[in-house]
Amino acid sequence: MTTPMDVPESSQHADPEAVTAGAENAAGRSLRQIAWQRFRRDKVGMAGGIVVLFLILVALCAPLLTTWFGQPPNQFDQRLIDPLTGGVLRDPDDTSRGLDPWGGISAQHLLGVEPVNGRDLFSRIVHGARTSLLVATVATLVCVLIGTVLGVLAGYFGGWVDTVIGRAMDIFLAFPLLLFAIALVGVIPDGAFGLEGNNLRIGVLVFIIGFFNWPYIGRIVRGQTLTLKEREFVEASRSLGASSGHIVFREILPNLITPILVYSTLLIPTNILFEAALSFLGVGINPPMATWGGMLENALRFYTIAPHFVLIPGLAIFITVLAFNLFGDGLRDAFDPRSSD
Amino acid sequence: MSTHHFTRQGPHRWRRLLRRTTAPAAAGTALTLLLAACGGAGGGGGGGESDAEFNEGETTIVNPSDETGGTLRYAIAADFDSPDPGNTYYAFSWNFSRYYARTLLTYTEAPGEQGIELRPDLAEEMPQGNDDSTEWTVRIKQGLRYEDGTEITAQDIKYAIARSNFGDRALPNGPKYFQDLLANSDDYEGPYADGGDPLEGFDGIETPDDHTLVFHLNTSFSEFPYLLIQPQTAPVPADADRGEQYQSHVISSGPYKFDGEYRPGVSLNLVRNEEWDASSDPTRRALPDRVEVQLGVDQNEIDQRLVNGELDVDLGGAGVGPAMRGTLIADEGQRHNVDNPQGNTLRYLNVNTVVEPLDDLACRQAILYAADRDALQRAWGGDTGGDIATQIMPGALPGADPSIDPYPSEDGRGDLEMAQEKLEECGEPDGFSTSIGARADRPSDVSTAEALQQALARVNIETQIKQYPSDTYTNTQAGSPDFVHENDLGLTVYGWAPDWASGYGFMSKILDGDAIQDAGNSNISELDDDQINEWFDEVVAVEDEEERAQIYQRIDERAMEQAAILPAVFERTVLYRPTNLTNVYYHAGYSMYDYMALGTTRE
Repeated sequence: MTTPMDVPESSQHADPEAVTAGAENAAGRSLRQIAWQRFRRDKVGMAGGIVVLFLILVALCAPLLTTWFGQPPNQFDQRLIDPLTGGVLRDPDDTSRGLDPWGGISAQHLLGVEPVNGRDLFSRIVHGARTSLLVATVATLVCVLIGTVLGVLAGYFGGWVDTVIGRAMDIFLAFPLLLFAIALVGVIPDGAFGLEGNNLRIGVLVFIIGFFNWPYIGRIVRGQTLTLKEREFVEASRSLGASSGHIVFREILPNLITPILVYSTLLIPTNILFEAALSFLGVGINPPMATWGGMLENALRFYTIAPHFVLIPGLAIFITVLAFNLFGDGLRDAFDPRSSD
Repeated sequence: MSTHHFTRQGPHRWRRLLRRTTAPAAAGTALTLLLAACGGAGGGGGGGESDAEFNEGETTIVNPSDETGGTLRYAIAADFDSPDPGNTYYAFSWNFSRYYARTLLTYTEAPGEQGIELRPDLAEEMPQGNDDSTEWTVRIKQGLRYEDGTEITAQDIKYAIARSNFGDRALPNGPKYFQDLLANSDDYEGPYADGGDPLEGFDGIETPDDHTLVFHLNTSFSEFPYLLIQPQTAPVPADADRGEQYQSHVISSGPYKFDGEYRPGVSLNLVRNEEWDASSDPTRRALPDRVEVQLGVDQNEIDQRLVNGELDVDLGGAGVGPAMRGTLIADEGQRHNVDNPQGNTLRYLNVNTVVEPLDDLACRQAILYAADRDALQRAWGGDTGGDIATQIMPGALPGADPSIDPYPSEDGRGDLEMAQEKLEECGEPDGFSTSIGARADRPSDVSTAEALQQALARVNIETQIKQYPSDTYTNTQAGSPDFVHENDLGLTVYGWAPDWASGYGFMSKILDGDAIQDAGNSNISELDDDQINEWFDEVVAVEDEEERAQIYQRIDERAMEQAAILPAVFERTVLYRPTNLTNVYYHAGYSMYDYMALGTTRE
C-alpha cells in the first residue's frame, strides 16, 4: 500500500544542507544517526550508558562470576564472625584481635562478608543486581505497554475516551501504592496464578510496579499524540482516506518511539528504587535470595559495627540509579536538544 | 475444657512490644544511613564512674540507696496503650502504673527468681482459696486512701474489674481473664450499660463488707492469685470513671499522682501523692520527688541520651536498639554500665503437627536433630542476644529444667546421623520439603529462618522461606491453621512471653490442644496431645505449687519429645544502666528494671 506520505522516514528529517553538499550526502542522516552523534559527544551520558551496559553484563553473568570466585551467594561461613557482636572478625583464628573495620574485605571476599552469617557480599551484590534489574526492566516494559496503548487511544480519539482514560490515570496516580503493595503481598496465597515462592513474588512486584506506574508514560504519550495528530503528514494521510489503524500504527507510533525509549530509560531507576523500597519493607523477594533493598534492611542493625554492610548495597543502588538517570538524560538531550535548554 | 480460651483479645500487645520495628521508607533512609555510618558512633560522653560490673543488675541490686529527691526521667519510642490501669496490656505499663495504681497482689521486690513470688499489696494477706480452688477470699487493708482523701473500698475494686472485663463496652486493651473465669456473670452487661446500678447482675464477686472480696470461679483455678497482680485490680471510684477518658486523670492509690497535664503521645508527669501511706506498702520505695515521661521519642535518640546522661530509663524496657547494642558490647569503657539479663521470652519455631510430612513424629524429630542451635543463637545476636534453649519454659519459671535436652549434639551444631535415621524412620530417607514462615519486618526472625534453612539442607530437607507482615502474622497467617495448611507452613518463627510467671501462664496457650483457634491461634504447631491436654486440665486444680511445677516440667518434656517446638533462645536484652540511677535491678516478673525501686542521685 502506497500513499504519497508513505515516504522513507529518513527523508522527512533530511538535513537541508545535505542536499547542497553533493551527491555523497544525498541520503542524509537519519534522526537516529544524528542523535547517536550528539550522544557520543555527551561524556556524562556516555559514562552512564557504559555503566548500565556493564551492570547488565554483570547481572547476566552473575552465576558465572560467583562460580569463578568460588563464593555461592547463600553459603554461610560463621567461622569469620564474632559470635558476641555478630561483627566480622579481623582474624578468624584469634577472636582477641577484635572486629575488622573493613568487614573482611580480602582477595577471597572482594567486598567483605555479611555480619552474623558470613555470606559473601560480592556474590550477593552481583546476584542482587539480577533481581533488581529483572524486576525493574520487566515492570518498565509493563508500564510502557499499558501507558503507550492507553496514551495513544486517549490522545488520538479524544472526547469521552480521553476523559475516561484521563480519570483512570488520576486514580492510579493517587493510589497509595506502597500500602497497597504491603497489603497485597500478605493476601496473595502461595500458588496463585500457577506461580510459587519467589517466582510469585517477582510476578507480584512486576505487577504492582508496572500496573500502577503506567500513567507517567501514558500522559507523555497522550501529549505527544495530541500534537502529532495535528501535524501535516497526519492530516494529509487522513485526507487521503487512511484508516485510524493506519494512522496510529504507521504515522503516529513510529514518531513516539523516541520519547518512549527516553522515558522508559528514566523509569527504570525509579522502579529499581521502588523494588528496593519494597524489599526493604520486607514485602519484596523472599530470603535467602539476595536483593539490594533487603540487604540494606538487614544492614541497618549493624551500621555501627559493620558500616561496609550498609555502604555496599547503598552504593550499588546509588550507582545504578545514577547511571540510568544520566544515560536517560543523555538520550533525551540527543534526541531532543530543545528540551535541555 | 473451654476455660482455657481465656483472652479474646488477639495476640498479645504484651509480647508485641518486646520487639520494636523500624520500617521507614527506603530511599531517603539509604542516604541518611550512609551519612550516619560515615559519621561513626563513638562512645558516649556521660559514662561516669561506677564500681558496678557487666550484668550485675541481673542478680543484685546495683547502687543501693534510700536517698530521696530528684526527678526520674523516662522516655519511650512508642506510647502507652493507655496509662489507665484497667485498659493496658503492655508489660512496661503494668510495671509503671504501680506508681499510681495499687493492686490486690504484687510481685516481690527482689532480683532473680524470688522476684516472681507474689505478696499482698492492697490485700491484707495472701488470698485464701476453698478446697477445690473455685472460691477465693481477699481482705484488703483498712484506712487506705486515694489522692483526694476518700477511702479505698472493696466495691471500688469490684467496679474496676467490671469496667475492664464485662460488657460490649468494656475497656478494650487489657486481657479478659476475669470475664472468662468468674461465675454467675454471663448476663452482666458491664458498668457502662444504660441505667441503674452499674454493678447490678455482677455476682461473680461478692463484697460482704467494705474490705472483703469473694471471687466465685466457674472452674477450679489454683493459679488465680496470679490474676490479682493485674493492674485491673487497682481500685477505681465509680463516680470518677469516665470510661476510656479516665486515662487523662487516673485517681491515684499509689505514691504518685498525675500532675493533671497528661498529653497522650507527648508526656506524662507524676508528682507525690501525700495521701499514700508508706507503712502499708511493701514494694514501693517512692524515692524521686517527681517522675517525668517523654513519649514518642526516636529509639536511637533515647539510646544516645541514656549514654550521655540526659535520660534515666528507657520506659519500654526492651533494651537499646540494635545499633547501640553493638557499640555498647564492644566498648570496654561502657560494659560495666550494661546489663544483659535473660528475660522470660522464648524465641522458637513451631513445628506443625498436621502439615505433611510433619504429621509424622519422626519427621519432626529429624528437624530437631538437624537444627543448628549455635547458628540459631547467632541469628538472635549470639551470647548477648540469648541463651541456647533446649527446653520450652524459661529458667525463671517454677518447674523449668534446663537438663531437658532430648536432641543433644556436639557444640549444638546438630546431630546429622540421628536426623538421617529419623528421616528413614518416617519414610523420607531422601529428605522432604516444607516452608518456613517469618515476619518480614523483624530481621532476627528472618535470620533465624535463613539459619535453619542452611542447617536443614544438610540432610536434604529443603525449605522455602515465606515472609509476612508482623501486623497480621499472629492473627491471620501463622495464627490461622487454615492458612498454615494451605501454604505448607511446616515451620513458623515465633516468640512467646508469659502473662504471668508460671508454667500455666507460659505454656497453656501454645501447647494445650484446647487452645487451638481458627484465628489468632497461638498453638501454631497444633499440638493436640491427649496426655498434655490431660495434664493442663489436671494442673488447675492442684493446690500445691511444687506439685504444679512438676506437672509443668512433665508437659515441657513431653512437648519436646513430641517435637512440636524447636526452641532457639531465651532472649537476653541489653539494658543501659546510667550511673546516677539507684536500686537498679532486673525484675523477672516484668522482664525489665523494677521501676518502683529506682531513685536518682541527680538533682
